[in-house]
Amino acid sequence: MFKHIMVPVDLAHEGQLDRALGVAADLAGHYGARVTYVGVTVPQPSSVAHTPQEFAEKLALFAAVQGETRGVAAPASHPIVSHDPAVDLDKQLLAASEELKADLIVMGSHIPRFLDLRSHGGHLASLSHHSVMLVRDEA
Amino acid sequence: MTDDTNMQGIPEPEGDVDIIETDYDIGQDNIEGAVGPFGFDIHNPVFLISGLSVVAFVVYALLAPTHAADFFGWLRPALTSTFDWFFLLSANIFVIFCLALIVLPVGRVRLGGADATPDYSYAGWFAMLFAAGMGIGLMFFGVLEPAYYFATPWGDEPLGTIRPFTEDGMLIEGNIAEARQMALAATSYHWALHPWAIYAVVALALALFTYNKGLPLTIRSAFYPLLGERVWGWWGHIIDTLAVFATLFGLATSLGFGAQQANAGLNYIYGIPQSVTVQVILIVTITAIALISVLRGLDGGVKVLSEINMGLALLLLLFVLFAAGAATILTEFGQGIVGYFREVVPLSNPFGREDDGYREGWTAFYWAWWISWSPFVGMFIARVSRGRTVREFVTCVLIIPSLVCVLWMAVFGGAAINDIVANGQDSPVYANVIATYSPELSLFAMLETLPLASITSTLGIILVIVFFVTSSDSGSLVIDTITAGGKIDAPVPQRVFWCTFEGLVAIALLIGGGLASLQAMVISTGLPFTIVLLLLCYAVWRGLRAEPT
Repeated sequence: MFKHIMVPVDLAHEGQLDRALGVAADLAGHYGARVTYVGVTVPQPSSVAHTPQEFAEKLALFAAVQGETRGVAAPASHPIVSHDPAVDLDKQLLAASEELKADLIVMGSHIPRFLDLRSHGGHLASLSHHSVMLVRDEA
Repeated sequence: MTDDTNMQGIPEPEGDVDIIETDYDIGQDNIEGAVGPFGFDIHNPVFLISGLSVVAFVVYALLAPTHAADFFGWLRPALTSTFDWFFLLSANIFVIFCLALIVLPVGRVRLGGADATPDYSYAGWFAMLFAAGMGIGLMFFGVLEPAYYFATPWGDEPLGTIRPFTEDGMLIEGNIAEARQMALAATSYHWALHPWAIYAVVALALALFTYNKGLPLTIRSAFYPLLGERVWGWWGHIIDTLAVFATLFGLATSLGFGAQQANAGLNYIYGIPQSVTVQVILIVTITAIALISVLRGLDGGVKVLSEINMGLALLLLLFVLFAAGAATILTEFGQGIVGYFREVVPLSNPFGREDDGYREGWTAFYWAWWISWSPFVGMFIARVSRGRTVREFVTCVLIIPSLVCVLWMAVFGGAAINDIVANGQDSPVYANVIATYSPELSLFAMLETLPLASITSTLGIILVIVFFVTSSDSGSLVIDTITAGGKIDAPVPQRVFWCTFEGLVAIALLIGGGLASLQAMVISTGLPFTIVLLLLCYAVWRGLRAEPT
């Protein structure tokens, strides 16, 4: 049913991704789909990496660890360098999903807070032609 | 941190840049949370101290307006006339330093590492650095300054040149050519090379320590070679807070004065009354457009607006060029460049001169002004300059904007001087620059002498507003990044806060008084910042020497 799953990950908040990562790995195993982990960074140093190259390395390592610990076959990584992720994140994730030809996006999501104006996952689902699955970080 | 098994095909960052290993993690001092629907991610304590000290100074200026006006009204001219030699010498050092970087081997160093590619095309990059750097000043001074130097009766001619007018106001034909060339040279001196060298030093320091050394994009990072790990403590907090303070007040006071100027223009052209209400509406409009721009982000808002801005400015430039006679004006441009090179050394020599009015009142004032703006403009230029080599960076930040500024001054100033020469004391330019000193009307007075004045004056007002918007939106991004400890992806409501705050400060000062005194205060910060910039030259030099070339 699904051939290529894209999993957007925020390496600065790795701890909150556990359930989404598990679900993505299970789905990949079930449908025999490939998995690509997508991370967004800035040209400037961030809390995750000094440079975009270092970010790419860390993302690749992250993908490899997913392969080993969750049994994802041939996990891939896809770093995106964004000039202004606070604004452009959704647009760039959407573009990445089209570039990668991913037919399912699995994304971690927190329970909406009081008056949360906008959810990245929700917004992505409203724009994408493909399936988007949002996985809450708490049961 | 990483293991070698997963690095195939990925460039090793430590190989082509000289990363500074520090114990500081970006965002480690930040407080993250949410107030109602608004998330925040702010540096503790820079955000709070900056915000509160801005409020404290606004309250001071509103509650004790006379004291503030007396004190800062005294301080600013006292600094620029006492330390004029220091400003002039330092600015010369910045120019020589930058020119040296173009020719020395360290110019090969690429910002972002040897394999980095530029984030922006030349057109987008140039539009952004120009719109943030001086845009609005060109609208304000393009006519005023050349016309003023040409015809000033107050004895503040640059280098004490001969006047083209007799005591009773008759033109002296034989003096016109020389006075005209000196007027353009003396104006270009303030808008070419020197101001851009000031910006280039700050921008290069920030870009180098961010992209090549891996430190956060905030002013304190450039001081790492001097202060070491102490930059993450109170030393750094003070540096960043001062930068926010100067940027916010610089923007807010300019916005207040800009609204008054735009109002004067609207009154001159359409007879719209000059009132605080109209000016507040203008500030709200400018802030609203800037808000849309910051909400659309760096690429979708700020860059697009900067490009529109450049397009409109080019349109006005070409119109004035052809309407005032392209052949004459281009000759003027040629003479302006020749005059600039002929006079730049005498004009930048601080000693043994008698033109105090020009040297202290104009040059030292300009240098202090550019320097007080340099944290903001420098940081914004740094943000958009990754991927350029140092040589390319300095050439593009120093030489190309300088040529554009000289051209702009030759076109607008040339057309203005033409009018004075043709009509003497009956000229609208003379009437608004010399007879009654109304600097805010000088541009419109010049446009009035050309065809289609109502259309071009309207375009002029639109440009004034758009130039303010492009300063306001890029300024909000800069302040937001500094107060988020160098984080680029802080929640959007934060930049909305700073943009709105800046508009509110402008409105408060406009209604309650205090624009002039707080602007004088900002310009006074130019003196300590000059010392800081000299130290930055040393930091840049050390940083560049450590880079693999």
